[in-house]
Amino acid sequence: MSVGAVSVLRLVLRRELTLSFRRPGQLLQPLVFFLIVTTLFPLGLSPQLSLLRDMAPGVLWAAALLASLLSMDGLFKGDSEDGTLEQLVLSGQSLTLIVIAKTLAHWLVSGAALVVVSPIVATTLAVPVEAFPIMMLSLGLGTLTLSWLGAIGAGLTVGLRRGSVLLSLIVLPLAMPLLIFGANATDRAIGGESAAGALYFLAALCVFTTTLAPIAASVALRITLE
Amino acid sequence: MTVGSFFAMGGYARYVWPCFALAISILLWNVWSARRYHAQALKRVRRALAMAGSNGS
Amino acid sequence: MWTWFYRLASPPSVYRVAGVFAPWLLLSAAVFIVYGIIDGLAFAPPDYQQGDAFRIIYVHAPAGWLSMFAYTLMAIAGAVGLIWRIKMGHAVAAAVAPVGASFTVLGLVTGSLWGRPMWGTYWAWDPRLTSELILLFLYVGVISLRAAFEDPNRGDRAAALLAIVGVVNVPIIHYSVQWWNSLHQGATVAKFAKPSMPGSMLWPLLAMFMGYMLFFFGVLCMRVRAEILNRERQASWVREVVRA
Repeated sequence: MSVGAVSVLRLVLRRELTLSFRRPGQLLQPLVFFLIVTTLFPLGLSPQLSLLRDMAPGVLWAAALLASLLSMDGLFKGDSEDGTLEQLVLSGQSLTLIVIAKTLAHWLVSGAALVVVSPIVATTLAVPVEAFPIMMLSLGLGTLTLSWLGAIGAGLTVGLRRGSVLLSLIVLPLAMPLLIFGANATDRAIGGESAAGALYFLAALCVFTTTLAPIAASVALRITLE
Repeated sequence: MTVGSFFAMGGYARYVWPCFALAISILLWNVWSARRYHAQALKRVRRALAMAGSNGS
Repeated sequence: MWTWFYRLASPPSVYRVAGVFAPWLLLSAAVFIVYGIIDGLAFAPPDYQQGDAFRIIYVHAPAGWLSMFAYTLMAIAGAVGLIWRIKMGHAVAAAVAPVGASFTVLGLVTGSLWGRPMWGTYWAWDPRLTSELILLFLYVGVISLRAAFEDPNRGDRAAALLAIVGVVNVPIIHYSVQWWNSLHQGATVAKFAKPSMPGSMLWPLLAMFMGYMLFFFGVLCMRVRAEILNRERQASWVREVVRA
């Protein structure tokens, strides 16, 4: 029975989201981590609001990257442990499509959730409300790009001992341009200036990664599993 | 230029000389490391051959 | 048409040829490097702005260039191994990685030491040094990934994919870091002032570039031979070679 591409996407997406919501506690972990990490900086530095506002873009972005990476490890691990992953690889369906669906589902419950929570965190860092839309847009683009990069890393490290540490080691250097442009966009929004340049570049990075990363991630899976 | 002024490097001696020393060290390390790696590989092959020799023919 | 290439790229012939080339490459490298160092340290005139500190360029600039060249070579070799399934590609990629990483470290430390008299601090997030640092992280990632696999073939292929992903990112990282740095350019931080180079300054530098490159390929030949032995342990030609 041949299944169309959209059906594959829909089916896998629905499966992933259903599985994720069965463990609501696990869904909250990246969000809580995000909150905790952002709290570290004022505690470590100073509660002075002007200083916090200056730090805010960097802190928000570093925390968002780390929080996203934390859960990235689980993208393929659950399925790898019970053998579903091998079934998916052997299924004859396009592995790239499956990877796209899985990564999108993962981003929806981690990266997108971070974006939704970010105004709360941003308020604690004295970010003005006017900056929220740009901040959330940049975080959205950035976490999505990071999810794609993380999928490549997860595909390469699934089943390895200490795989999660290696995953972060591999993905973080690749994510540094994201951090640079995303933090800059947020910074300019806070300062009231136009963030267009940084946002365009961030969007370009996102499109670039969205087109190529799923292929790379499915190649990675075939390397580690076959 | 005297020998003394050569070693002084216009006052920058403590930056210049460590750089050159490090460069030479890293070049030497590369040669040493490559030789050692090759020797280890040879040893492994010889050991595998010896074991195969004693087991079969 | 490709049979001659496959034969040339076959492990026993590469093993042999690399063994012949290595000592000559290293010897000629030594000639260039000795000349470059002596001329650069003793005979090149001091820079107008940086005095004798600029001489660090003779060990720093070729190292930085080589670190980038090596990473690109590693990615290409990995791609050859991954896409065309030519095992020599993986052998070359594995051999390049530690050498390239060592030159990255050299570039970083010499760059930092050069920065101290120029900027007053050992590390000032200069765009080139920052890019070098990220490149080091990429090297460490590839080396660690290859080592993490029990099956060396899988390790090779995974490392190759990561190197390819990395090499695509390198220009992006360069541009991003340069852009980031230009935004935050403080009054005290200057980029590495490239001394304007009369011939007497330039020749030793060219010699050092040449010397480093020859050296790199010489060491690469040595390492590739070891990689071949590790991967072709079972083959009959290896037994003949080793018994000799």
